[in-house]
Amino acid sequence: MVGYLVLLLLALAAAAWWLGRSRAVASVNGEVARLHSLPGQHGMFLALFTAGPALLAVIIWAMATPGIESSIIANRFAAELSGMGVPQVEAFIRDARAIAFGGVVGFTDATKEAAAAAYRSIHATSLWIIWIVALALAAAGFFWAYGRIAPAYRARHVVERILRAFLILCSVVAILTTIGIVLSLIFESLRFFQQVPFYKFLFGTHWSPQSAFTGAGTEAGAVNEDIFGAVPLFAGTLLITFIAMLVAAPIGLMAAIYLSDYASKSVRAVAKPVLEILAGIPTVVYGFFAALTVAPFFRGMGESLGLDVASESALAAGVVMGIMIIPFVSSLSDDVINAVPQSLRDGSAGLGATKSETIRKVVLPAALPGIVSAMLLAVSRAIGETMIVVMAAGLAANLTANPLEAVTTVTVQIVTLLVGDQEFDSAKTLAAFALGLVLFCITLALNIVALRVVQKYREQYD
Amino acid sequence: MTDAISTLGGGRPVSIHTDDAAKARLKTRYAAEMRFKWLGAGAVALAGFFLVLLLSTVVTQAWPALRMNYLMLPLDLSAAKVDPAKLDGFDFQGVINDALAAEFPDVTSRQDRRLLRGLISTGAGTFLRKDIAEDPGMLGTTVDYAVPLDDFADLYLKGLLADVGTDEAIATTVTPSGTTGDIELTFGDDAMLALARGHGATEGENGALTLTSGAASLLVALNGGTVKLTALAPGDGGTVVAKGLVIEALDSNAPAATGQAALRVIDTPESSRKISDKEIVWLDRLQSEGLTESRFNSIFFFTGASREPELAGVWGAVVGSFLTMIVTLAIAFPIGVSAAIYLEEFAPKNRLTTIIEVNINNLAAVPSIVFGLLGLAVFLNFFGLPRSAPVVGGMVLALMTLPIIIIASRASLRAVPPSIREAALGIGASKVQTVFHHVLPLAMPGIMTGTILGMAHALGETAPLLMIGMVAFIVDIPGGFTDPATILPVQIFMWADFPEPGFQQKTSAAILILLAFLVIMNAIAVILRKRFERRW
Repeated sequence: MVGYLVLLLLALAAAAWWLGRSRAVASVNGEVARLHSLPGQHGMFLALFTAGPALLAVIIWAMATPGIESSIIANRFAAELSGMGVPQVEAFIRDARAIAFGGVVGFTDATKEAAAAAYRSIHATSLWIIWIVALALAAAGFFWAYGRIAPAYRARHVVERILRAFLILCSVVAILTTIGIVLSLIFESLRFFQQVPFYKFLFGTHWSPQSAFTGAGTEAGAVNEDIFGAVPLFAGTLLITFIAMLVAAPIGLMAAIYLSDYASKSVRAVAKPVLEILAGIPTVVYGFFAALTVAPFFRGMGESLGLDVASESALAAGVVMGIMIIPFVSSLSDDVINAVPQSLRDGSAGLGATKSETIRKVVLPAALPGIVSAMLLAVSRAIGETMIVVMAAGLAANLTANPLEAVTTVTVQIVTLLVGDQEFDSAKTLAAFALGLVLFCITLALNIVALRVVQKYREQYD
Repeated sequence: MTDAISTLGGGRPVSIHTDDAAKARLKTRYAAEMRFKWLGAGAVALAGFFLVLLLSTVVTQAWPALRMNYLMLPLDLSAAKVDPAKLDGFDFQGVINDALAAEFPDVTSRQDRRLLRGLISTGAGTFLRKDIAEDPGMLGTTVDYAVPLDDFADLYLKGLLADVGTDEAIATTVTPSGTTGDIELTFGDDAMLALARGHGATEGENGALTLTSGAASLLVALNGGTVKLTALAPGDGGTVVAKGLVIEALDSNAPAATGQAALRVIDTPESSRKISDKEIVWLDRLQSEGLTESRFNSIFFFTGASREPELAGVWGAVVGSFLTMIVTLAIAFPIGVSAAIYLEEFAPKNRLTTIIEVNINNLAAVPSIVFGLLGLAVFLNFFGLPRSAPVVGGMVLALMTLPIIIIASRASLRAVPPSIREAALGIGASKVQTVFHHVLPLAMPGIMTGTILGMAHALGETAPLLMIGMVAFIVDIPGGFTDPATILPVQIFMWADFPEPGFQQKTSAAILILLAFLVIMNAIAVILRKRFERRW
């Protein structure tokens, strides 16, 4: 229904553009040169004032109504819902909405049917309201702007100012996203830290939130604070990241050196696309590869050597993650190595150094800040990587440094805590947001440090 | 000076740069040089090797899933069996089961008939119902109908479930004691004993051997039937007496002459494969009668998800991905390009724009799963948008691709030379006109390339969509932006978790489809870049 309204408004805008244009031309009897702005700009001015406010109202309506409707329903059925907790009320409203507008319904009963009927009538009313409001705004905007069109009217300035405001708004979306991320993570984390003190979360060594409500001698509903110790997750993340960097750092760096200083043109023409394809493969494919090919391979190899390798060993996940990061390391290092001026290489060669001596003693030291920064970015990438570890690393939080055992990571736990869960108020699901906050802070810090390293230690050669 | 140049016999001067020690030094330096070079080449080769390994694993696994085996059965759809007036709720599966049972009149016990029915997909009846609804002319006749096989039967026929083994003629006479049930076979020599021992038979007393379900299966084909050996013992005069279970009835109990009987060894023990000896014998017979047919796997490409591997398809996920990508593109492209235009062309150098720039660079490095948390907290919990819907997935992915598109678009706008802008301004265009009429069209190919690459990145993204519930099991093909849907990478993730071997191939095949889409998108980006890129 709202779709028709939007289409109607767009059609009105098109009509207004045409009307505004004709009126501008008519106002100077066809001598367009006497207009301050082009006729099309007058048309655009009229169209913007016709459809703009109305569309804005529709957007605000679309964002606000679900919440308003839910709260009206919750008020109207306050008596029936009084005994329920917040999650049950949410589930009730969700089901009522699903009955009313189609969707997956948990189960139905008479109260929900009544709520659904109320939902339908409220929604119909609010649809009427938005139709009337939008059309009234469109009419008001049209007549106000239509009266303004005159030869001396500076329509272009108005249109360009509005356009510029729109452009600014679009660039602010990036900031809004960041604010949204930070606020949502902090709010949910604060709710989590009300139930579990943050020092127990950051420094505790026991992690088993899946058993949060199944006992351990506590009464129902009480939160056991001691099972939210995230240290094993941090250790597991570090272990897998370390293994990944052991694979990616030397291979990526050597590949970058070879491609920038040794490889012939034809080798480069093959090797560059290979690395790009490696970078373009979705992580879920790497995860499948790790779980189905690499992990059994390591397990079999361990068996033949008499070692006990877990089927979800940190080694398999780490190695595959390393493979995924190779192109990332190599492309960043490539940029850095290429940025070292040729004169340094020529000078070194002039003193009689071989190519490898030049690279090791001249190029790499000069490029060191950039390489360190590249490695930090790669680490940040590995810490935040999700699918490979979800598919190939374990779920049990073992505090171990043995790469042959199964460990779990921060991202794995976020996924397991949130997938398939419909209620977002238990300490269990809120813990995922606390982990997300930690993840966000660490990756952000790594990125900032990487940037600083380059800025602070970069040598200026020119 | 005489330190550096000394004269040895012959009077030729030798410097420290040419003496033996120097030569040795040079040699080690050159060796180090070669080592370093080969190390670099090795790193590149290793990366290439990983790529080949990954792709070949996926392709070899995916290949069998592109075809599927059907059973051609004559189905009796005459009015006596199928009442045209009562098609709703009619048991079409029953018609198919009857036709299959007619092929095996010997199979009579309840248990065996159930095993036999298991060869056919449980969804076969649904397909038949659909086909009859489309072509009612099938009713009232007997039609040859292609029935999809169960996934294990299908995998066996593709040779992926067990070592199939080959028939080898037995170089002695074989005398059966009966034609059905438990019988004894008498072999003319004792070669069978050594053979059974070699295939994991358990030793008993007096040289007797038992073939348990943990040993290889020894199937003897003679007189038009098949006998599975269960135990062997040395008999009189160098013969071997074997106990066996008749799987397919023999025509007679006449002795088979040398070379007339054949032995087939299936090395995978019955207990460690998902298909029994009986099913293997039945399938082989169907195959030798030419009733099985391998066809292009249209079920996989054109149906939605299912718990049955042979019925599971990717079409639902492909449509879900498509809807999600449309939303992503519709949001990320206009906003991203607008933001890039503002930052590159209009923004004054002040605090706000610096913050925005730093922000965008940081957003590009935020782990994707954090965007999933944002979508969960803001779009689902705060705004109450529907779970599992492409519209929410598209919004989350749009926020994620936004920085990529902005960065690419800015680079592309920056590449347009200032002379274009100056010329436009010089003939009286306003700043907005300059940008939208002259700079933007010239930057468009680069912007499109960046956008396509960003979209390709979004298409392969999985983690944030797990957070907003797109991991649900959805059978229906999504019809709109708010219908519950899943997307291709998430479908791959879910299938990879299923234990059935049939799903492994489907997972690889789905990966192949995903990679195909990515290749197409990247190819378009490369063509755009090659065709329209201008160097100023």
